[in-house]
Amino acid sequence: MSSHAATIDHHHDSTTSTGIPNKKLLWWAFLASDCMFFGTLISTHLVYRLNPPPGNAIPTQVFNIELTSFSTFILLMSSLLMALAVNAIQRGNVRSTRTMLLGTMFFGCIFLGGQVYEFGHFVHMKHMTLSNSLFGSTFYTLTGTHGTHVAIGVLLLGMMYVRTFKPAAGGGLSMNFLHMLAVAVAAGVAFIVFVPGMIEIIYGAGIGEFLSSHAVPLSVGAAACIAMAWFARQSSTVEFGEKNAIDVEAVGLYWHFVDIVWIIIFTAVYLLEYL
Amino acid sequence: MAEALAKSEFTGTGHAPAKSFELFARPTAKTGLVGWLTTVDHKKIGMLYGGFAILFFLIGGLEALLIRTQLIVPNNRFISAQLYNELFTMHGTTMIFLAVMPLNAAFFNLLVPIQVGARDVAFPRLNAFSLWVWVAGATLLNVGWISHLVPSWNFGGAPDVGWFGYSPLTSKVFTPDLSTDFWVLGIQMLGLSSIVASLNFIVTIINMRAPGLTMMRLPVFTWMALVTSFLLILALPAIAIALVEVMFDRNFGTNFFEVSGGGQPILWQHLFWVFGHPEVYILILPPMGYVSEILPTFSRKPLFGYPIVIFSGVAIGFIGFGVWSHHMFTTGLGTVATAAFAIATMAIAVPTGVKIFNWIGTLWGGHIVTRVPMMFALGFIWMFMLGGFSGIMHAAAPADAQQQDSYFVIAHFHYVLIGGATFALLAAIHFWFPKFFGRMVPEFWGKVSFWLIFVGFNCTFFPMHFLGLNGMPRRTWIYDSNMGWNEGNLFATIGAYLLGLGIFTYFAVLVYSFFKGQKCGNDPWDARTLEWSIPSPPPEHNFAAIPQVHARDAWWYEKTHQEEIAKEKAANIKAEEAHGGIHIPDQSWYPIIAGMGLLFGTYNLAQLKHPVVMFGNQVLGSHAPLAIAGLSIVVLACYLWSLEGPGGYHIHLDADGNAKESGGYHH
Repeated sequence: MSSHAATIDHHHDSTTSTGIPNKKLLWWAFLASDCMFFGTLISTHLVYRLNPPPGNAIPTQVFNIELTSFSTFILLMSSLLMALAVNAIQRGNVRSTRTMLLGTMFFGCIFLGGQVYEFGHFVHMKHMTLSNSLFGSTFYTLTGTHGTHVAIGVLLLGMMYVRTFKPAAGGGLSMNFLHMLAVAVAAGVAFIVFVPGMIEIIYGAGIGEFLSSHAVPLSVGAAACIAMAWFARQSSTVEFGEKNAIDVEAVGLYWHFVDIVWIIIFTAVYLLEYL
Repeated sequence: MAEALAKSEFTGTGHAPAKSFELFARPTAKTGLVGWLTTVDHKKIGMLYGGFAILFFLIGGLEALLIRTQLIVPNNRFISAQLYNELFTMHGTTMIFLAVMPLNAAFFNLLVPIQVGARDVAFPRLNAFSLWVWVAGATLLNVGWISHLVPSWNFGGAPDVGWFGYSPLTSKVFTPDLSTDFWVLGIQMLGLSSIVASLNFIVTIINMRAPGLTMMRLPVFTWMALVTSFLLILALPAIAIALVEVMFDRNFGTNFFEVSGGGQPILWQHLFWVFGHPEVYILILPPMGYVSEILPTFSRKPLFGYPIVIFSGVAIGFIGFGVWSHHMFTTGLGTVATAAFAIATMAIAVPTGVKIFNWIGTLWGGHIVTRVPMMFALGFIWMFMLGGFSGIMHAAAPADAQQQDSYFVIAHFHYVLIGGATFALLAAIHFWFPKFFGRMVPEFWGKVSFWLIFVGFNCTFFPMHFLGLNGMPRRTWIYDSNMGWNEGNLFATIGAYLLGLGIFTYFAVLVYSFFKGQKCGNDPWDARTLEWSIPSPPPEHNFAAIPQVHARDAWWYEKTHQEEIAKEKAANIKAEEAHGGIHIPDQSWYPIIAGMGLLFGTYNLAQLKHPVVMFGNQVLGSHAPLAIAGLSIVVLACYLWSLEGPGGYHIHLDADGNAKESGGYHH
């Protein structure tokens, strides 16, 4: 197979009719479908934006546009890291691929943490819930669906990251599972507790208070990070390499798509209200 | 060329590495229960789709007969109004989602990989996953029937909100019981199944064609499968989101369609028909593909105007996204919108008419052989045209205002869905039965069933045009004797029994043929496409040699150029054997585990806020833990699935074509 060849053509697959790898074509077709999912959600939001019932939440009084602009910037920068990860694996540099994957995941977690903070803030401070206003209904379902996409993206990147450690000799399923668990726990704690807490601190909350009130999840997250560092010790040769560029690229397609969708959502849901 | 040929069974991610992550050994049984549950073979998956679809087709038919029996005489009290609502809802839902769509899926599976000259679909395990998710959705939709048998399973009966589930009827205020929740999640699962399956077929058709098989040499059926797959992936998201919104309204207090909270029920109608109208082309385009295969075979001529038939199919798919509001002419869209949708609706009749003229052009001057599949295909042209004529009448918005929600509409869509889609499917089943079971269906009994179905169908639905124009509204449980509808309804019901008898005969003959039918060779109809070049039933690996395609009617070309083809085949077999043999992917447990996890999860998600009661005792305060458990099974199964790899083994053919397996992953 071509995987054993000295050079790999990353843009052409001689085994398919079109030269496009099957996996890539599958992702493209899925993204076309996903466009329609978001299209329906955005349409629902815009239709009700033009027909607000009495007592609907007033978006500009709810939004924290500075914070959302910041997290938007972070999400866009994550695409840069994703592109660097693809570039690294196309050059066969597994170490650099891992770094870039972790960076992409971390930026994704910052974005998600911003959303967790935002949702909590809107519900508790601005008293806009899923059910007490139509704006809340459309806003939370649309941005929540996008957030779920980002979270799934982080999970896929995590699986890809863990997979880069698969030993060439085979086996290691339980190691893979524990490693994956550590990655999932670390990412979960990062965006559910750590990042929202950091935002609270920037807005003036006390560090000591944050640490003491979230001691358990924070220590679990720290333990997961230590476990990740331990799992990442390079002991044997790995199976992952340049031939897997298509796998990283496929996840990359999804990641970039989710970013592009956010640009549309940020414009149509947030910026539009400030015109 | 030989090198590329040897690789063309490539399954997507490369051959399995020497060792992959495996929690437990992969199943290897090829027969028996395990063989069927873990299969990734497109032919077996197609059989399973077909078997389930025919089962639900018969159930849906039974529901229709109960409806017709209720309407046989005025003021009838045969069944209750509530049961009647459940029956017409489930009749529509079953026939569309659980009979015609999966029957089409069965043929996609059985035929598409072979017609493109491949050994399987692009992602075989994903294909199995689609099937089991479909089974999960079908189960969820029908689970409410249990309430009628076991009252302690209090789901409120089967869904009863109509197949298009108009808001605000689906609101918790109007249907507080669980039947609507099961309907919402059942349809959601079927949508997921269709999207996943369609992605698979898009990749298969675009990427796995045999050498020489250009897009404009693809059989028309495969082309229609491609267009249908695109329609599915682009249309289903609209209803998926709309269903999520209904689910949120019912369970989490949102106001998408709740008028009291500012929601607008008309939005549901738009979102539903943005899906619902492409859906009717999803139902009819594959049948147009079947008849485009059958008519040339029995006219002994190539299809007339092949490129324009393909183009018309694509055009129908494209315009099909721009006509949804013709279902909503009476809702007050405004003059401009109504006019625009009326014109688009008339425009979509043009490519449809073009196809019909091409089929007639195919028949013209041909040596027509009236075997049973041909009879059904000819019936399709005639009956589908009648349905098309009443469809054009609906396109005129003022006329439609009179016909909306009347029996005229019932007559129209049964002419396109039975006279159209079902006739073509019955033709297709009859036509490809010898290929997949190796036995012929007796001609005489096939023709008897055709005439029973043809006469019964027209007796049932032709009078409905008049009933509708005389004002009989659809979804009528009971009517008074002085409405002038007595004769029409009596006639229609008698016709329905005749149609039922015809359908029974049709399938009884198939069962007989399965056991006792006359055995047949590769090519009993002297047909044109690649599936007829391989044994009946086809072997696991489909082709001994990946075919080299030289012409549109590839098998007709092969039959007239035997020397050239024999040389090519020998070279291709040699090249592939030198490359390690024919690669076949391994079976897998994970698709069915993920599918059943999804069933368990959604079954509990539907009744999320209700306490879990077992033997009269409350076990849990809500179904949330069970729903989470089910979805965790899905995640875990997908995780292990992603690690196990495609795996696989190789088949080696000896000089006589006998297969021998080797388990190695060597290349």
